[in-house]
Amino acid sequence: LPVWFSINADYFFLQFTIPIDNGDSVKTAEADSQRTLYPYVTGTSIVAIKYKDGVLMASDMGGSYGSTLRYKNIERMKAIGKHSLLGASGEISDFQEILRYLDELVLNDNMWDDGNSLGPKEVHNYLTRVMYNRRNKFNPLWNTLVLGGVKNGESYLGMVSMIGVSFEDNHVATGFGNHLARPILRDEWHADLSFEDGVKLLEKCMRVLLYRDRSAINKLQIAKITEEGVTVSQPYSLKTFWEFKAFNNPTAGAEGSW
Amino acid sequence: MFRNQYDTDVTTWSPTGRLFQVEYAMEAVKQGSAAIGLRSRSHVVLASVNKAQSELSSHQRKIFKVDDHIGVAIAGLTADGRVLSRYMRSESINHSFTYESPLPVGRLVVRLADKAQVCTQRSWKRPYGVGLLVGGLDESGAHLYYNCPSGNYFEYQAFAIGSRSQAAKTYLERRFESFNESSREDLIKDAILAIRETLQGETLKSSLCTVSVLGVDEPFHFLDQDSIQKVIDTFENVPEEEEDGGEAEAEAAAAEQGGAGDQDVAPMEM
Repeated sequence: LPVWFSINADYFFLQFTIPIDNGDSVKTAEADSQRTLYPYVTGTSIVAIKYKDGVLMASDMGGSYGSTLRYKNIERMKAIGKHSLLGASGEISDFQEILRYLDELVLNDNMWDDGNSLGPKEVHNYLTRVMYNRRNKFNPLWNTLVLGGVKNGESYLGMVSMIGVSFEDNHVATGFGNHLARPILRDEWHADLSFEDGVKLLEKCMRVLLYRDRSAINKLQIAKITEEGVTVSQPYSLKTFWEFKAFNNPTAGAEGSW
Repeated sequence: MFRNQYDTDVTTWSPTGRLFQVEYAMEAVKQGSAAIGLRSRSHVVLASVNKAQSELSSHQRKIFKVDDHIGVAIAGLTADGRVLSRYMRSESINHSFTYESPLPVGRLVVRLADKAQVCTQRSWKRPYGVGLLVGGLDESGAHLYYNCPSGNYFEYQAFAIGSRSQAAKTYLERRFESFNESSREDLIKDAILAIRETLQGETLKSSLCTVSVLGVDEPFHFLDQDSIQKVIDTFENVPEEEEDGGEAEAEAAAAEQGGAGDQDVAPMEM
């Protein structure tokens, strides 16, 4: 079995199999399906902030297969219903599974056709229940989810982890973003950021992640959610700078090394 | 309604397309003591007449809190009403737990109606013998619904069910157009006046009625006896001025007619 070693904060590894209870009275090891042990195709950080008109969220479009940057066109942020935006890091297939759950939820909500609609708070809590229940069955959805939205003028931004830890805040980040982006946000975020300032702040965080996170790629999207609805930008790349003196002639001080 | 050969099973249609067992269940609602509901844009008031089996016993509880934003008043077989209230509380709390958000009243009412409908289409069940006035608040404002044993439900500005409810309905029909803009206090006063209509001659005392309120920024709760008595005092002491259409004032009567007319009501119905 392949085992990945990675310094990404999202991962931890279980080295044993736990059989799932299918309800059969006799359990055979081969017949049981295995539970999620480790992720295969993963997305890296999501960074999100509340701003004047709602919520801004940024993510890159990469899907890593271990240490290989295999997929470069994965949209890791999706609109949910009229009022919410979901971003996910971690296992991409589990994210797609979550989107299917939410699709059904939104469909049933729309079918009522009664003037009530699911807001971001309701979606966030529903996801918390799903994630926590899966964790209790030792079969987690290997994602850290960011849920942002606006309803009736109120902005909402929250996060759920794969073990069901759930909370709201003015700015959130997943994975490496927690370590690299949040310190920047703690210093520079303030209430009522304009759209331009918000985007600049997110780009600053994403640039640091691009430099320092091995699983980040230079192709990102920024999504905005306001009372009017969700817009996800077209993919674009950040300008980077590599002309540091030390990079130009790395072996200047130590001939023969690389 | 007379006995006929099509009324034994709920799953038997009559030739004229009626389900008599369901209609008989609706009769049970009419035997219960009165329950009244009214709503404005922002508040819902549910009121009921306190009826006791005898002077020795306490009165039957007819109004239940389902959640902070939903209350229900029942008439008919109170045991059935209690069970359905428990179902409603369960649905409400499950929704709150999953979504951290109050269950919209309209959705609760539909689930309740679907539950009642099941009992009209199974040969081994019987319809619930209770009518429910469900009052609640959601995103789209205050709502009042009536759920029938037939599985139908209707939305109302104001409604009354149970015995002698027609008198209350007549009163409400005269006044309902103003309810939407009513203040909370006026709404409560109208509810108590409607209750008085069902008493037909008996003196209105706060011990005879239960009144509950819910509204925007006001979770469901019962009014205490003193508050109810204060409202009663505003119109009982000045009979002629407060009346609409001039009904006879109850004070002169003083005859405690209490439970005299109800000997033919089955003990399980309240």
